[in-house]
Amino acid sequence: MTDATELVKLSAAEMAAKIRNKEVSSRELTEAHLDVIEKAEPSIDAFLKVSAETALAEADAFDKKNAAGETEGLPELAGVPIAIKDMIVTKGIETTAASKILEGWVPPYDATVISKIKAAGMPILGKTNLDEFAQGSSTEHSAYKTTKNPWNTEHVPGGSGGGSASAVGAFEAPIALGTDTGGSIRQPGAFTGTVGVKPTYGGVSRFGAIAMASSLDQIGPVSRTVLDAALLHEVIGGHDKRDSTSIPREVPPVVAAAREGLKMDLKGVKVGLIKELGGEGFQPDVEARFNESVKLLEDMGAEVVEISCPHFPAALGAYYIIMPSEVSSNLARYDGMRYGLRVMPPAGVPQTAANMMAYTREAGFGDEVKRRIILGTYALSAGYYDAWYGSAQKVRTLIIEDFAKAFEQVDVLVSPTAPTTAFKFGEKTADPITMYLGDVATIPANMGGVPAMSIPAGLSEEGLPVGFQFFAPQMQDEKMYKPAAALEAALEGKWGGPVWNSLKTPWLDEA
Amino acid sequence: MADKLMKFSEAVKKYDPVIGLETHVELSTNTKLFCPAHVEFGGEPNTQLTPVSLGLPGSLPVINKTAVDYAIKLGLALHCEIAEWSQFARKNYFYPDMPRDYQISQYDKPTNGNGYLDVELDDGSIFRVPIERAHIEDDAGKNTHIGGADGRIEGADHSLVDYNRAGVPLIEIVTKPIEGVGDRAAEIAGAYMRTLRDIVRALNISHARMEQGNMRADVNVSLRPSPSDPYGTRSETKNVNSFRGIEKTITYEIRRQAARLDEGKEILQETRHWDESTQTTAGGRVKTDADDYRYFPDPDLVMLHITKEHIEEMKAQMPEMPRERRNRLKAEWGLTDLQMRDIINADALDLIEETVKAGAKAAGARKWWLGEISRAANAKEVSLEELPITPADVAEVEKLIAAGKLNDKLAKQTVAGVLAGEGTPAEVVKKHGYQVVEDTGAIEKAVDDALAANPDVAEKLKSGNMKPMGVIIGAVMKATRGQADAKAVTKIVMSKVKS
Repeated sequence: MTDATELVKLSAAEMAAKIRNKEVSSRELTEAHLDVIEKAEPSIDAFLKVSAETALAEADAFDKKNAAGETEGLPELAGVPIAIKDMIVTKGIETTAASKILEGWVPPYDATVISKIKAAGMPILGKTNLDEFAQGSSTEHSAYKTTKNPWNTEHVPGGSGGGSASAVGAFEAPIALGTDTGGSIRQPGAFTGTVGVKPTYGGVSRFGAIAMASSLDQIGPVSRTVLDAALLHEVIGGHDKRDSTSIPREVPPVVAAAREGLKMDLKGVKVGLIKELGGEGFQPDVEARFNESVKLLEDMGAEVVEISCPHFPAALGAYYIIMPSEVSSNLARYDGMRYGLRVMPPAGVPQTAANMMAYTREAGFGDEVKRRIILGTYALSAGYYDAWYGSAQKVRTLIIEDFAKAFEQVDVLVSPTAPTTAFKFGEKTADPITMYLGDVATIPANMGGVPAMSIPAGLSEEGLPVGFQFFAPQMQDEKMYKPAAALEAALEGKWGGPVWNSLKTPWLDEA
Repeated sequence: MADKLMKFSEAVKKYDPVIGLETHVELSTNTKLFCPAHVEFGGEPNTQLTPVSLGLPGSLPVINKTAVDYAIKLGLALHCEIAEWSQFARKNYFYPDMPRDYQISQYDKPTNGNGYLDVELDDGSIFRVPIERAHIEDDAGKNTHIGGADGRIEGADHSLVDYNRAGVPLIEIVTKPIEGVGDRAAEIAGAYMRTLRDIVRALNISHARMEQGNMRADVNVSLRPSPSDPYGTRSETKNVNSFRGIEKTITYEIRRQAARLDEGKEILQETRHWDESTQTTAGGRVKTDADDYRYFPDPDLVMLHITKEHIEEMKAQMPEMPRERRNRLKAEWGLTDLQMRDIINADALDLIEETVKAGAKAAGARKWWLGEISRAANAKEVSLEELPITPADVAEVEKLIAAGKLNDKLAKQTVAGVLAGEGTPAEVVKKHGYQVVEDTGAIEKAVDDALAANPDVAEKLKSGNMKPMGVIIGAVMKATRGQADAKAVTKIVMSKVKS
């Protein structure tokens, strides 16, 4: 392995330390990753757009500052490159949400998180693939390409954030940003052996995150270590007056909590096993890895109890009412009038604005997006609203209450992130319902607005990663970082190194 | 096809009209309702925009606090219950002038609910208009249709969209069905709209210029055989943008509906529009069940929390309401009810008050604004404010009169000059050399000449019959080219005939 290969396998925190010590420049790091991207992309397809030129310019700008000693006050990750899910708008870089309807759209503004990333001197490597408008659990619904799972390229990377997860899993980027509406950061994390965090709803500004379901969407970190996720969480978190749902509070002390966790002492930490998220429908080896991890938490002094969240089984059904309802309204603006795709009606059809909108939306949206728009339109219709949207909101309230009651008894809740490991391409596309069922364990956190994260908990019998999920109370994200970092350290101790040591990386080896 | 109409007096004898008004008031905030885009009437198309007002992907609305305060003030003035928690909802429909293809409005949790507005009618009586709600929402952009016959979409070659207005804050004031209006339906609607306009201006929350679309109303009218019957089917005449138009719409709809009902025809539940050129309402879109806006709470906006303390703060900032002000000024100026109503009807209250503030006496100010200046406004068919004369000008003329520098006739000529755009009163006076002749010798000569030329009149005056005095004064004025003071002339004549 070359030096560059060694470099990209470091954690983001280690890269940042080398930058601070002037052992490596931001340009060298950025170039190393661009090199991996070039080699990996033919087999992984994680990126929709690689912004090499601007990334290198950003790296040079940072290096100049660093040489001049002007990095005072910058976050620890300053100079470390990052990949961005193409659901987040980036000024001057085409942003499509993996939809044909936004093909060629170059945003005139930056999302708040992007402004923060830029202010931190972190070069943006490119925009990663996703299910169209983040709607899907396998990234198969991208209008452009199918991202492969680095652990087995015949398997999906999960979704919707398969691009960010695979990019980080395949060492194309040390860290990435995702968006999580029903598990789109955590489930791909579980499938690709990466760390994925959905912060508290309102903890990270949504300004500039293309809306899927506004009451559920949350931007969060993707990384290979818990500490890296915490470091990125601190860069992007905090109040933003441009997002009315942003919570006017300081970012929770997640980095300190992650570092505390690395001491592997969990005495006094109460962990609740969610009774309803296990058993039927959960793959046996997923449950086995989960139970082994719970044992490790106990070994480090945590007190583990079983907790019932009786309304969680209803979460999935309610989610698939609320989410499409909001989707149907949020995606109305893609009408061909102002930006993106415009398809005029064919000759013989009246050339009216209404017809143009209809032809544009027919051509521009994929089947899964259309399915959800239709479902949501129906659920919000007069005469159906109370039965569908109204009832779903009641379920949501019950889930919030379940979390509140559970967190009166324990500090964190745990469950497997997904009931299965990564499935094969095409396995679930024919039957949307089986695809939706895979979100059963991730959806409650979005419905409850609480923070949750997935970390790798080993491999299945097939050699595919298994995810372990932590939940914490609202605006107490630090509470999950501590046991997550402790468990990560314990697992590495058990395996003799991080999980990706088992990952075969032919694209790096060829180098 | 012309509508068949029933005579109004017959229509209101046979049927009991029920009216309702939905009034949109555009707030005069500096920025839009949900983003910092600047708001300015008449800007270059598509220059007052942000990613939010253009509905770009990823953009999010954040409520303008000033707009909320304006809404609270209006709620207080309309005696509304102000909700501690109110909510914005999305009204979903596709239209080119809607950047997000949904309007952000308020649905089941409006900021202001359940109030009333007392309006004063021509006979001095008070009619209480019940208010259902006054909610906050954002405006749409504006479509311009090019190449059609009359700016309508039908037959147009293409359309242009200007999003400058998109996102401008509006308050929609919705009345409850206004019952018991009878043959005064139009008068009550007009008085309500004018009172609302006065309140909005007093609160300084909107320019409230109907001709600029700052204020526009949807007019609902229905008829029923008697007040004990359920409401009839109503027509909704959209976006009427003048007080007269609203009054005429109501009268027209009562007559039209009465004629239909009389023939046993049903009233369609439809939207109509008022056509100023034909003075009729024309049928528009028939409302059907397909009009489903799929309202739901906007998840991008947290609920609006208005504390009791904040309401108290707003209460403390409330200016004097128009009716209190009118009563106060009526007393201060020593006017009768009728005189005050004339001022109100002429839309001259603000102008007269400013003229008085500028130093004129109330009687003088009133005389000018309701006299010469109103006549000029009527002749030009414009409002008093649009004429090139200001309260300060009128006060200056009054001062010149009081100082004896102008007589009535010269003052009128001076005002006419100002109205003709010749400048300030001082400039007009200077330009024309207007001045009262103070040379008594010249006047005495003119009086002697006039008496000599009219011996019969001189005889009458000598015998104590003062009626023909005007003949002498007229002749003297003619001789002095109007620059003599009538009072001084009278005095001289009196001294001459008595001696």
